[in-house]
Amino acid sequence: MEKSFISGLRKIVGDEYTLTDRESLAVYGYDSTPELESLPEVVLLPKNSAEVSDIMRLCHGAGISVTPRGSGTNLSGGSISTGGVVLQTSRMNRIVEIDEENLTATVEPGVITSVLHREVESRGLFYPPDPGSMNISTIGGNVAENSGGLRGLKYGVTADYVMGLETVLADGELLRTGGKVVKDVAGYSLNPLLVSSEGTLGLFTSITVKLIPKPKGKITMLAHFPAMSDAALAVSAIIAAKVIPATLEFLDRVTIKCVEDYAHVGLPLDVDAVLLIEVDGHPVVIAEEAASVAEICKKYHCSFFQTAKDAAEALKLATARRTALSALARLKPTTILEDATVPRSCIAAMLQVIQNSARKHNVTIGTFGHAGDGNLHPTCLTDERDKDEIARAHAAFAEIFDAAISMGGTITGEHGVGLAKKRYLPKLVGESGIKIMRGIKQAFDPKEILNPGKVF
Amino acid sequence: MDYVKLINCMRCGMCLPVCPTYKETFLETASPRGRVALIRKLQEGSLDQSEQLLEYLSLCLDCQACASACPCGVNAGELVADFTCERKSEKGLSFMEELILRKLVPHPDLLESSMMPMRAYQNSGLQKLVRTLGILKMFPRSLQRMEGLLPPLPSTPLRQEILESTPAVGEERGIVGFFLGCVMSLIFSDASRATVKLLSSLGYRVITPKNQVCCGAPNMLGGDLEGLKGGARINIGIFNAFKPDYIITDCGGCGAELKKYSHHIDGEDAAQFSSRVRDISEILSMHCEELLVKLKPVDQIVTYHDPCHIAHCQGIRSEPRKLLKLIPELQYRELDSADACCGSAGTYNIERAEMSDRILQRKLDTLRDSGAELLVTSNPGCLLQLRKGLSEQLPDIKIMHLTELLFTSINQ
Repeated sequence: MEKSFISGLRKIVGDEYTLTDRESLAVYGYDSTPELESLPEVVLLPKNSAEVSDIMRLCHGAGISVTPRGSGTNLSGGSISTGGVVLQTSRMNRIVEIDEENLTATVEPGVITSVLHREVESRGLFYPPDPGSMNISTIGGNVAENSGGLRGLKYGVTADYVMGLETVLADGELLRTGGKVVKDVAGYSLNPLLVSSEGTLGLFTSITVKLIPKPKGKITMLAHFPAMSDAALAVSAIIAAKVIPATLEFLDRVTIKCVEDYAHVGLPLDVDAVLLIEVDGHPVVIAEEAASVAEICKKYHCSFFQTAKDAAEALKLATARRTALSALARLKPTTILEDATVPRSCIAAMLQVIQNSARKHNVTIGTFGHAGDGNLHPTCLTDERDKDEIARAHAAFAEIFDAAISMGGTITGEHGVGLAKKRYLPKLVGESGIKIMRGIKQAFDPKEILNPGKVF
Repeated sequence: MDYVKLINCMRCGMCLPVCPTYKETFLETASPRGRVALIRKLQEGSLDQSEQLLEYLSLCLDCQACASACPCGVNAGELVADFTCERKSEKGLSFMEELILRKLVPHPDLLESSMMPMRAYQNSGLQKLVRTLGILKMFPRSLQRMEGLLPPLPSTPLRQEILESTPAVGEERGIVGFFLGCVMSLIFSDASRATVKLLSSLGYRVITPKNQVCCGAPNMLGGDLEGLKGGARINIGIFNAFKPDYIITDCGGCGAELKKYSHHIDGEDAAQFSSRVRDISEILSMHCEELLVKLKPVDQIVTYHDPCHIAHCQGIRSEPRKLLKLIPELQYRELDSADACCGSAGTYNIERAEMSDRILQRKLDTLRDSGAELLVTSNPGCLLQLRKGLSEQLPDIKIMHLTELLFTSINQ
């Protein structure tokens, strides 16, 4: 990268926010994806939409690539650059407006997800998407990856809440799509295209999301199941009984053992699954729903069932699920966290595949995740220094993804394709799928400077 | 340094939102995840020990909020401190470090007499004159800041006047050793006096050995592990000799350091010593029912700031709150981000004044929003820093050490 080009960038964002020293570049070479690393040539932290436009105009002219980054919590290598510019959105962190009449919030892309949660909840409103990294993930990143979370089953994912976007295109021009209206059929729907585009089509500079009223009450329940098949049947039966829990999470046997070893929360080691179930809504309705959940869990032979009496007890019941990742991650230095997703009805079968693959390739995989929406987190505990074990882990995951596809599921439910899942995408979407995606990429970014090398 | 500790970091980023310097800068180099990566790359050889790298690492306050947030048990603050120690042991201490850490800190008598000029300066009216005339502006900025931080000093350090053995009031239920923090004894002697009285009123005989030395926290701050070990061995010998039930401290920094002696020094003696160490709030909260009878109403809105060395380093959060809520009529208000660092961090507020001020400002903003009339905390560094901040911006909010408030409530 030429010096004069960098000084042009400096003029836009200022010296303080133009990073070129070796040390800075070294720590912007990674995100949360294990094993992947590649250094940028310059890191920029612009403050507003105008600066982002100017940066893109300059980079477009010079053919320099730009990789957007929020807090670097991506799990598919999506925020790792392949040289060029890394553009960090953290300084664009204003909540511009909370519109209580239209029930929308308009934010800059660097706003932290949980900060938005707190802000809207203090007004009795609710923004449901709650990815595991919500305490540090940015709304911009959530939109780019279409992040899910624990509340996906009942409330959907980020895409279900994006109403309007202001996007800086590859050449620096501004594109406005959607807005505050619920109904809008003018032209192609571009919002859904931009959501989950993983930074390859444009850079969001303003995001308007839908808000809903905050549920008035919540009941938390925990159930232990000696047999995984029974747990899976219970999940299906709960939904069939017309109860849609806000949270329907499970832990498998490997995860249960890790959690118990680490947190000593009193989980039995002889059960196949633990389900954490939360229903939320009007107090009268959720009391009825909780009663059905209890009945169903007992019908499917749960060995233990508890309903939290108060908030403190609810927190205690949720501990096992909340500490699942910590407990697993502590066992070995490297944690490969995947997000294969299958139709809800296939969960038991999918878990069997995961266990078989782990055994076959002699790796430890603990699985936890969102039983309600079929989004599983098989988590391989390994050591990046053991190349042989890493290779076996990848072999196991290849089988797991194949199985997910064959069950009508997907290779990634909420982490994105990025670099890590690129090789699996053609299997899922086929040649025509890739061809259409390439065409869209061409239309938006003919010079291929926006997050190049990602997705396909 | 153990390489596994570095690669245990899975780069999830959970440490970023709690790191005071990341919150201020949004820079990865100023985040715990970034610091671990820098040290790792240094060890792997892809980075050198450049001035820039050392500068980035030195921005860490070692508040260890990152350790509380980390899902996989990585303690980035401690890793940076260990790195600084390793570097110092290769490079050796500077003349000033040698003078302060080896010749002054381990000797309480010298340390106390070194404060005499300051006491004279304050008492003679010279301080007032200097401040009025603005003479300090002629001195280096670090000196100006030190001057501004110091509250009026007590006439004698507590160590010099406290009884070596304070008898239990009523029936003796046990013997505790009292570890006198240097700053507590020199500056906040009223609070430590309250600590000892509370303990004796609960039936403990309190032994305060006069020959105890500094816990070693300043040595760790300066990267002088050997200096710390020297002082630690002296303290272990002194306190283990009379086999106290507990070793109590009312200084968060000392408590965190004393509990870690067993990490630095092998053997049964250090392990026994560290296992006996308790923060004052841990022991007082064992006697809630007895305290409840003694406590009298304090009709004030009170909030609590968690010192890093108590919340993050020792994991003590509920005990101080439980004690405050015992006081009749006291209205407790939880402070937003109560366990976020105040920017004091040893000598950080002098060495990295600008960043320290920004971090302090956040704390002051939350204090303003809390509506509290009284701020309670339990670490001398925080007391100094917050006292200065409050007096400049929120003079209506008073500040006290936890034991001072409890003692006042009992004896009003």
